[in-house]
Parts: sequence; C-alpha cells; structure tokens
Amino acid sequence: MTKSMTGAKMVVEALRDQGVEVVFGYPGGAVLPIYDEIFQQNEIRHILVRHEQAAVHAAEGYARSTGKPGVVLVTSGPGATNAVTGLTDALLDSIPIVVLTGQVPTFMIGTDGFQEADTVGITRPCTKHNWLVKETDRLAETLHQAFHVATTGRPGPVLIDIPKDVQFATGDYTDPRKTKTEHYQPQVKGDIEVITRLVEAMEIAERPVFYTGGGVINSGDAATQLLRELVEATGFPVTSTLMGLGAYPASGKSWLGMLGMHGLYEANLAMHGCDLMINLGARFDDRITGRIADFSPNSLKAHVDIDPSSINKVVHVELPIVGDVAHVLEDMLRVWKSRGRKVNKEGLAKWWKQIEEWKKVDCLSFDQSGKTIKPQHALARLEALTKGHDRYITTEVGQHQMWAAQYLNFEDPNRWMTSGGLGTMGYGFPASIGVQMAHPDALVINVAGEASWLMNMQEMGTAVQFRLPVKQFILNNERLGMVRQWQELLHGERYSHSWSEALPDFVKLAEAFGAKGIQCSDPADLDDAIMEMINYDGPVIFDCLVEKHENCFPMIPSGAPHNEMLLGDASTQDAIGAKGAVLV
Amino acid sequence: MSALKLKKGLSKHSAYDLKDPNAEVIESHTLAVIVDNEAGVLARVIGLFSGRGYNIESLTVAEVDHQGHLSRITVVTRGTPSVIEQIKAQLGRIVPVHEVHDLTVEGPSVERELALFKVTGQGDKRIEALRLAEIFRANVVDSTLESFVFEMTGTPQKIDAFAELMRPLGLVEVARTGVAALSRGGA
Repeated sequence: MTKSMTGAKMVVEALRDQGVEVVFGYPGGAVLPIYDEIFQQNEIRHILVRHEQAAVHAAEGYARSTGKPGVVLVTSGPGATNAVTGLTDALLDSIPIVVLTGQVPTFMIGTDGFQEADTVGITRPCTKHNWLVKETDRLAETLHQAFHVATTGRPGPVLIDIPKDVQFATGDYTDPRKTKTEHYQPQVKGDIEVITRLVEAMEIAERPVFYTGGGVINSGDAATQLLRELVEATGFPVTSTLMGLGAYPASGKSWLGMLGMHGLYEANLAMHGCDLMINLGARFDDRITGRIADFSPNSLKAHVDIDPSSINKVVHVELPIVGDVAHVLEDMLRVWKSRGRKVNKEGLAKWWKQIEEWKKVDCLSFDQSGKTIKPQHALARLEALTKGHDRYITTEVGQHQMWAAQYLNFEDPNRWMTSGGLGTMGYGFPASIGVQMAHPDALVINVAGEASWLMNMQEMGTAVQFRLPVKQFILNNERLGMVRQWQELLHGERYSHSWSEALPDFVKLAEAFGAKGIQCSDPADLDDAIMEMINYDGPVIFDCLVEKHENCFPMIPSGAPHNEMLLGDASTQDAIGAKGAVLV
Repeated sequence: MSALKLKKGLSKHSAYDLKDPNAEVIESHTLAVIVDNEAGVLARVIGLFSGRGYNIESLTVAEVDHQGHLSRITVVTRGTPSVIEQIKAQLGRIVPVHEVHDLTVEGPSVERELALFKVTGQGDKRIEALRLAEIFRANVVDSTLESFVFEMTGTPQKIDAFAELMRPLGLVEVARTGVAALSRGGA
C-alpha cells in the first residue's frame, strides 16, 4: 500500500523513518512548507541556529559524537551558500551529513528568481553526492538514498535540493525498505592475500608502527575494539592523526601520541625510522608526511582504506588493502592468530628501547613559572580537572587546536571533534552545540582561540535558547596565534594583520546573551576558575588570558621530513627554506 | 626472501606493479565510463577533471542503454602512470558511475572518431581535394561549385593526417566528434 502525502510531509516522514531525532536549521521562504510540517509534530526536534554555516558544523558535531548522520535544513539561495563551508569541512573529514535545501519552484528555476542559486551546481564539488528533486513522487526515495550514500563506504556530506512546488505537491511515499541502494555498495572486505602478506611482515618486523586515522573511528566501535586487541596482542607502538585521536586510548601502554606537523617527537621519529608502517584509515595528508621524498624512507608500507582513490594518491604503498577498517582488522587478527601469534620479540624490545630514548626528550615540556598563564598550562589543568567527567572536546582551528591535541588525552573514540582537513575557523562552537544536543548530560567543552571563536559567536543565542550548557574555553592571546607563529618563522617577524585590536569584553558578551562569563589571567586562580566553569549549569564563556607570543612546538617546518623537527624557539633560526615557504 | 622485501606481481593494486610513479612519462589513455544518465552527471565527471587539474583531450557522451538509463562517456586523457591511476580511482567513486574501463591497458581496442571537413577552392585544388578524399575513403556530404563538405570516420591519427593534407587545398572548417572506443573481441 502506498501512502500519498505532500512533499513537505514526506520530508518529515522520511527523516522519522531514518531514525532522525534532531535537525539543525534555519527557515526561509523556500522551506516554509517543511517548517509547517515540523511545527505539527513532536518526534523530531529542530534546533534553530543563528547562521546556516553553524547548522552544518552543529550537525557535524552531532554526527561525530554519535556515529549517526547529522541533518540540516536550510532555505534556498543564501541559506544554501552559507552551508557550503560546512559541507566542504564534512567532505574533507568524511563526516556523514544530510543537508536539505529549499529551492525556488521548478517553473522558476533559471529565471534568477528571488533567493535562487544553482545549489546543486555550487555544492557539486563539496558533497559526496547531491540531488535536485523535480518530482514529488521521487522525493522520498531520494531522501532514503541520500542517507544511504552519506553513511555507506567513506562517509560524507550529501545535499538534496527541494523546489517549493515539489514540497506542496502530493505524491506517493516510498518506504526505505523499497528504496534501491544496490548500485552504491563499496567493498568492505579486504583482499585476504594482501592481508596475509601484511601479517607475514608483522611477524618479522623489527620496527613496526600502527599509524591510525579518522577511518578507524568512522568504521565504528568494532574497529576501535579490534585495534585495541591487535595492538595489545602484538605490542606494536601506535600513533594517530589528529582525526583518529581516541581510537586507541591515550593511557594505553603502546601509545606514542599524535604524529604530524605538531605531533610528538617520539611519534614522528617512529614513523621516520620504522621498517613496517601499517596505515589504518588515514590518508597520508601533507600535515602528516612532510617532505614526501624523505617520508619514512626505509619502511614497507601497508594502507587500509575504504576509498580506493586514497591508495597511492600521495604515498605509494607496497600493501594496499581496500576495505573497511573493522573488516580488515578482523581478518588481520584471525590470520595472525591462526599462524601462531608470532612477533619479532627481540627486534621489538630494541625498538621500544629506542622509543623510550626519544620519549626522554619530553617534547611537550613547558615552563609555567611566570605570572602569565601559558596556554599549555591552561590545557594541562583543564585535562587534570575534567579527567573523570563524561567529557567531549571540540576545537576551533589554530595553535589552541594543536595544543588541545597534545595536552588533552582521549580514552575513547567520538570524544574529539575538530576540523582537520579543511581547518575551518568557527567550527568548534557550533560543533559543541551539536555534541551537547546528542549528549545532554555530558561536559562539552570547546577549546577555542578568541579569533576563531568570534567567527561563529552568534551561536551564543542558540546555546542559551536551547539551554545547552556548552563551555567555551577561549585561550585568548589577542593574536591569530598560528598566523603569527608562521610570520615569525617565515616572514621576518612582520606581523601583518595577525592581531586583534578591538576584542569584546567576553564576560560582558556572555552576560549580554544571558550566559555566564569568567575571566582568568593569573595562574594561581586558574584551577578555581576552571572548576567554576565546570560546575556552572549553563553555557559559559571562559576568557583565559594567556601568553601572547607562545609558539606551538614540536613543529615540522613545511617541506621538511619527520626527523627535522623543531623542538623549541631556540631551534627556529632559518629553519624553513625558500622551498618550504611556498607550502601552506 | 623476507616478507619485508616484496616483489612485483604481488597484488593488482600494489605500488610495485605500477610503472615507476616518479617517471615523468606522459601517457595517453582512453577511458570508458558507464554512468547513470541523470542530470548533472557529465558536470560531475568534467568537474572532477578541472577540479583536480587533470587533462581532457577528447570527450564523447551519449546514452547507450535507454531502458537502463545508462550513458557511456569516452574520455581520452593524458598523465603520468600514477595520475592515470588516480583519475580512474576518482572516477570510480562518483556515485552515479557504474564502471570505469581503461581501454588502453585492458587489451586491444578500437577507437573511431567522426569528422566533417569544409574545403573551398576551384580548379586543380578542388580536383586534388576530391582525389585525396577518395584515397582516405571520405564521403562528400555536401557540395557547391566552390566547396565540399567531407565526412570521414577513422582513428584520430587518420583524421589529423587528412586535415593536414586538406589545409593547403582550402580547408576552412573542421568539426570532430571526439573518440568513441570499444574493446576488441567478445569480452
């Protein structure tokens, strides 16, 4: 039996059938029929954001902290174009997002109508797939397919553009179980022959390392469990990209810390010196590899990725395995166990001894002796004081983001939301709203810089209206810290436009929105202030005034290999050559 | 032989089985891409090439299966071996793309292109143009007292050669369809 209903009702019906509980959105002329249907039901909650970009970031935060797709509803024209940054962010970080946009009625498309934009044209390169639905009869099926595409294979953002007349017209609703999805079914099982070759290499490797990425987390809880089991059983060291933090617990004995441009000394040197690199769901991003020609020169490399286009894109690998991380890990463990659970014990012991030597460098040490709060100290205290809590962290982009990755420890996946691939300033605050929606009782903290935070500060309205007690932990150095750092290292200390001269009073700003503001500038007051933030039942802006000229180390200068890391200010003289300077 | 030192022929995706990725040899490949015939699918394919900086030398598109709503895109592209591999992988992950075939490496194939040539002139040149057209098995599809339009199918090289010969004989305009290609044999 087919159900007949309007397109607008179909949207709500399809969302309900897909198990959607929350929609982040902003109404406008071209989506009014859908908003009318939302008004007449109670199952799906709608969170009114203050800017469409924030709606997408909130949906990303929701998606990454739950593993479920995030849903966004915005109007045509500016509503859709404002969503573009969020879509691109989700594409680069492989986050499942379904964005519904209104469109002018079909008979007006192409006439430059009011609030008309070529939404599918604009978003084609920044979505995994998108659709313009011109018939109401096709709408439900397209919505179900959109959820399938967003969540299957390598996850990503999808967009459905729905003209207003399609929303008003009546058509037949297609059940999700009757929707055709066979065509899009990416391969999840890895090639067992290559997996066996990898296991053979694992048995004799003297200096192996697991290099894990966001793909482990995207693959789901099974992947995390299997990774932990495999790491414990083999005793191989494990490092992770920014996106993969939490897949292996930071307290685990095999943990080396994050790798890459601002990764830990021991992690980067292990990558450089290993003889077997096992990449699980990471993509050899340029923040990770440094100079490709000198990237881990003496290792056999295996790469597990669900997206065949990731394989051999940047770094050529000897053992490519196309498949889902969980499926491949399961096969790896099975084959390794059936062959007698062998590892090169002697080699591994020597390797760990070497790693322990590197760890002694203590690359994250800092000196908190002065009267000013060091940003590293602020995060170390935040870590200490929030450790036992049910804690989720989001970040903006810049120095504070790297320090957060370095000084906060993640024991579980889906607890760390940050804009990795696109590096979107303004991501963290709306993302924290999305996370808090999904986890109402958790402690959700956005570690921010004051410049990034201002990019989406309008969301204070959302946080207060929906009583979302998100904590905005702003490391305020009155600078665009990372830009300033690069100008110091690369541009002769000419600080072109990298400071903020007219910052708001963040405490008053919080109060203006009806939230709580806390300012702290003295290291002696820091713990009490952080506790006050944690214990306050409501949104807080925490203005932490920190050292203005602190640089983020370790740092692999652009164009340099892993073993040419800068560890502190003393090592930065002429560290970046002309070739490195053209890189970002 | 240590498991950490691998040999060629290990698996079909292994880097050891690729040609030297650092080799700067530019190769021309003909790809056949089977896609759903839906709005915007060509824009997706072309957008991929422009967005990632790949070359398109020739492109033809038409629906080939009306009932199945499938179109065939034949694209001739140039790049280093690793770029060609990357192009195929990127094409493969576009949602409405069903199949990607590299006809250049998947065994022998036939490539054909159709071209129209307008040649104007009088006297000896006109006679010579007609004589050469006969040799090349080009058909006259339009004729006036001062002009011919020739139609020819063949490989792109043959069409290039004919155009070269017609140039001094009064060639004023050429229209080409781009390459259509199929693999040889029953497979």
